[in-house]
Amino acid sequence: MANSSTGETVVLRDNKSLEALEWSLAKLRRAFKFSIVILSLLVFWEIAPRVGLVNVTFFPPLTEVLQAWWQLFISGDLAEHMTASLLRSGGGFLLAIVISIPLGLAIGWWKPVAEYLNPLLELMRNTAVLALLPVFILLLGLGETSKIAIVLYACSFPLLLNTVSGVKNVDPLLIKSARSMGLTSVRLFYKVILPASLPTIFVGIRQAGASSILVLVAAEMVGAQSGLGYFIQYAQFNFQIPGMYAGIITISFIGVVVNYLLVALEKRLTSWKQTYNE
Amino acid sequence: MTAKISIQHVQKSFRIKRNLGHLAENTQPISALQDINLDVKQGEFMVIVGPSGCGKSTLLDLLAGLTKPNSGQILLDNKPLAGPNLDRGIVFQQYALFPWKTTLQNVEFGLEAKGVGKKERREIAQQHIELVGLAGFENRFPHELSGGMKQRVAIARSLAYDPEVLLMDEPFAALDAQTRETLQSELLRIWEATKKTIIFITHGIEEAVYLGQRVAVMTSRPGRIKKVITIPFEARTSEEDLRAKPEFVQLRHEIWDLLKDEVSRAQEQEKTKTLKSFSNGKSTLKGVAGDG
Repeated sequence: MANSSTGETVVLRDNKSLEALEWSLAKLRRAFKFSIVILSLLVFWEIAPRVGLVNVTFFPPLTEVLQAWWQLFISGDLAEHMTASLLRSGGGFLLAIVISIPLGLAIGWWKPVAEYLNPLLELMRNTAVLALLPVFILLLGLGETSKIAIVLYACSFPLLLNTVSGVKNVDPLLIKSARSMGLTSVRLFYKVILPASLPTIFVGIRQAGASSILVLVAAEMVGAQSGLGYFIQYAQFNFQIPGMYAGIITISFIGVVVNYLLVALEKRLTSWKQTYNE
Repeated sequence: MTAKISIQHVQKSFRIKRNLGHLAENTQPISALQDINLDVKQGEFMVIVGPSGCGKSTLLDLLAGLTKPNSGQILLDNKPLAGPNLDRGIVFQQYALFPWKTTLQNVEFGLEAKGVGKKERREIAQQHIELVGLAGFENRFPHELSGGMKQRVAIARSLAYDPEVLLMDEPFAALDAQTRETLQSELLRIWEATKKTIIFITHGIEEAVYLGQRVAVMTSRPGRIKKVITIPFEARTSEEDLRAKPEFVQLRHEIWDLLKDEVSRAQEQEKTKTLKSFSNGKSTLKGVAGDG
């Protein structure tokens, strides 16, 4: 009897450790899937210049770029340009949120207004923002104002259009149901329209976040004395190629972080939504 | 006999604008309801049954106060209705739950609109969640619930703010047959427990006979009340299967006889409407081609 019972416990323990092993294996597989392509690309970046597949001068190996990045980081140059860029795109982005979301809510709520304004919004959205950059510089000069203004402009359209369509596409049955409970228009707006359109508004916020960085970098390349866009352009002109790549890496890193933060915020605020990708 | 709700000579028509051009027949008003008269007593379970498109839902919108009749009036406790109010609760076929609110928050919604304090609100909501048999699901979101559960939440939400009359617009039509039957007997139990006046709209004859104390049969469009039939069963929630009784079968047959012609007429209307809009569509297409 005693023997058999100890045998059972051994088997149980085995099962447990087996499960733990399987679990960590699954985790490992996921991490592998997640990173393998990027890792191979980075390895290729390192090897290709070294074996002479591409010109080392124009395409230095990854380790050299990372060294340059570290130097820039230590000297404080990178931080300076990064702060300049983040203040501009963050400022424009936040201003756009403060202006465009309330405006979009109002436009979506008063349907006739939306019908009149929609063609104009579509036209402006489909005009490449950077084509307007010279106009902004002419009107607002080379200083901070023109940079923030163009980011504000670029962020406004995804925010506006998504907010308008979010409000317009609220399930009419929910509105009917709330109205049947005698809600006033103001309460209906706060209690039903706003929460129901939040997921669509967030699509706009994410698009705006992405374009705030995109547009800013281009703007800084054209006319600026600081910022990551300026730095990349400057490094290229002065033939500091590893430094240029360091700037590019920094920008893509910022883009990924911003997107991640916005997705996390979105998940928090719209946790009630069904997730289909599981 | 005092009527809780009295519908008097109610008539309602729509002007439907279709984007098919300038054809005169499209802008003519369509009469949805014609001279509806119906009295519903305090605590009565009244079922309104009719073919699809006969204006049942229009009638319910009128009762809810969401729209106004073109002529005639609806009285609640001898006073004409003035817009939507919490003295009437509505349960919709598609549940109409707020997807960003949990079961508890959904049930609390009407109470909040009524101005009930936070603590009391929670207590009342909890009671009603238990009444519809959803204890333990308070913190679930609608998308985590089955269709039958969602409809239970919707019923709890409408009952929680204690309306005088409960209006139900084909509430079980979207559910599978077994869930429907369970919810039907649950609804009878809730009705007996709360003694609410219920106006229940359906196209299901069996559902009408099973639930209603009286069944009002409507005609096809323009909707009128063809006949009101009294269902003489007592104690519906008893053990025996009501649906197997010969009286049940006979009543079902009687209502089907009343409805049969209306259903075929409604289907005929539907057909000609579809054909017309199709030929209109074709003519506009031709017009475009001619222009080009």
